[in-house]
Amino acid sequence: MNIMNLINALPGAVAQGLIWGIMAIGVYITFRILDIADLTVDGTLCTGGAVCIMMMQSGQNVWISMVIALIAGMLAGMATGLLHTFMGIPAILAGILTQLGLYSINLKIMGKANQAINVDKYDLLVSLRYIKGVPFYKNTILIVALMIVVLIFILYWFFGTELGCSLRATGCNDKMARAQGINTDFNRVLGLMLSNGLVALSGALLSQYQGFADINMGRGAIVIGLAAVIIGEAIFGKIFRNFGFQLLAVAFGSIIYYFVLQIVIWMGIDTDLLKLLSAVVVAIFLAIPTWKSRYFSKPVRKGGV
Amino acid sequence: MLELKNISKTFNPGTVNEKRALKNVSLTLEDGDFVTVIGGNGAGKSTMLNAIAGVWPVDQGQILIDNQDVTKLPEYKRAAFLGRVFQDPMNGTAATMGIEENLALALRRGQSRTLRVGIKNQEREVYKRLLATLGLGLEERLTSKVGLLSGGQRQALTLLMATLKKPKLLLLDEHTAALDPKTAAKVLETTEMIVNRDKLTTLMITHNMKDAIVHGNRLIMMMDGNIILDIRGEEKKGLTVEDLLHKFEEVSGEEFTSDKAILG
Repeated sequence: MNIMNLINALPGAVAQGLIWGIMAIGVYITFRILDIADLTVDGTLCTGGAVCIMMMQSGQNVWISMVIALIAGMLAGMATGLLHTFMGIPAILAGILTQLGLYSINLKIMGKANQAINVDKYDLLVSLRYIKGVPFYKNTILIVALMIVVLIFILYWFFGTELGCSLRATGCNDKMARAQGINTDFNRVLGLMLSNGLVALSGALLSQYQGFADINMGRGAIVIGLAAVIIGEAIFGKIFRNFGFQLLAVAFGSIIYYFVLQIVIWMGIDTDLLKLLSAVVVAIFLAIPTWKSRYFSKPVRKGGV
Repeated sequence: MLELKNISKTFNPGTVNEKRALKNVSLTLEDGDFVTVIGGNGAGKSTMLNAIAGVWPVDQGQILIDNQDVTKLPEYKRAAFLGRVFQDPMNGTAATMGIEENLALALRRGQSRTLRVGIKNQEREVYKRLLATLGLGLEERLTSKVGLLSGGQRQALTLLMATLKKPKLLLLDEHTAALDPKTAAKVLETTEMIVNRDKLTTLMITHNMKDAIVHGNRLIMMMDGNIILDIRGEEKKGLTVEDLLHKFEEVSGEEFTSDKAILG
């Protein structure tokens, strides 16, 4: 266990953490704001990667490719949203159905299970080769960090608008929201579109970063997203009250997740067990609120004006 | 202001749990009527309010608010005409949002939600002034999360939200039933204050016969999905709980069994 190996791996962990951080912010929108555990994202991440790689292979500009990837993700989110609202299917099942359907769609987009893109031949925005020894403005960590800051600003603005507030109300108390004249179905679809758009954008960046899109690249993505949300809240929840900072905490949570992952790999743990480890960690963190209220609850303050 | 024409609703039709909750109910409310609604459990009181609010479509009949047919409008569109307060204090507000954010949501009832800023600065002054009329000190806590408020505070806030944008009809679904007696009395007092101030047409369900008699200018009693009593004007002013029980036995041919309705 050479400590230098770990230190050398850390910039890569930061870059990956940041890219997944965009995905985790998408998960935050559904899981925390809309109160839906949206499993679509496992498929959407690959959709984003597949669309981006295929468009770039056909000679499109990297930014255009990423915007189209984002739109493809929003369409996937819309599918889940309509399954849930218009067809009345429970949200989790709606997500699973879209995810399954996306498996075929992703295969059709790519034509096969894996599509590579060569960093030397294409003008990629991010890559694992752009972490060290490149001018700072080409540095992947800087570029993704900037993108996250911009995204957080946009989301912060949006959730402060009338529409954004109504979306938050929908997730918090849909009965109240409807009584206040808010179209909760529309808002759910909108939220799912927003979330899956971000996840696809993350997938587009991830496929560039690793140099390929793979049909299995999104497997378990929801768990990584949830882990980032939960870690971010656990560590920064007390300090970051402001909504914008809460989103930042999610991105930090994602980086920390990849840090820990690197350390675990460095310690020589069988990498086959990593997904199990992630699942167990997320399960425990998700259980904490329940355990708190069941075993450590304080008596509730009664009524009284 | 409100007109119900032969409204019927059956839950779980064709199953063992079939329940005919509303049977050809017709009701007309005049502008400014404050109607109290009483009746035992399962009489159809809440079902009637939910039918008006559009929580689900009715099986038959027509609902008119201010001469406009709203029978086919979804719940969120009907909200433009209605202010609603629920029995459960948790239901009427968004707990994770601030007091001012909740009020801002309510101020925009009936408008499409745009990308304009969610709360304008000048609104805050209005909210402060209105919150002060509740006498709960909430005007000093505009940004506090509503989840931190007590049940009584939340009901008072919900009442303010329901009436912030003057509704054509205010629907109160046992909005004091989940509160302790002292708090319930305070919230009722606030209700009376707001309804009188804004001259609101109001439909208020209560389990408490005394409250039903004291408040409003008209009282209706429901049983088995029907309106069985409709008392108004001078007759209502002189009404006592005994009269009401007597009338109930006369109309229904049975004794009033719900202790809760008598004792509140």
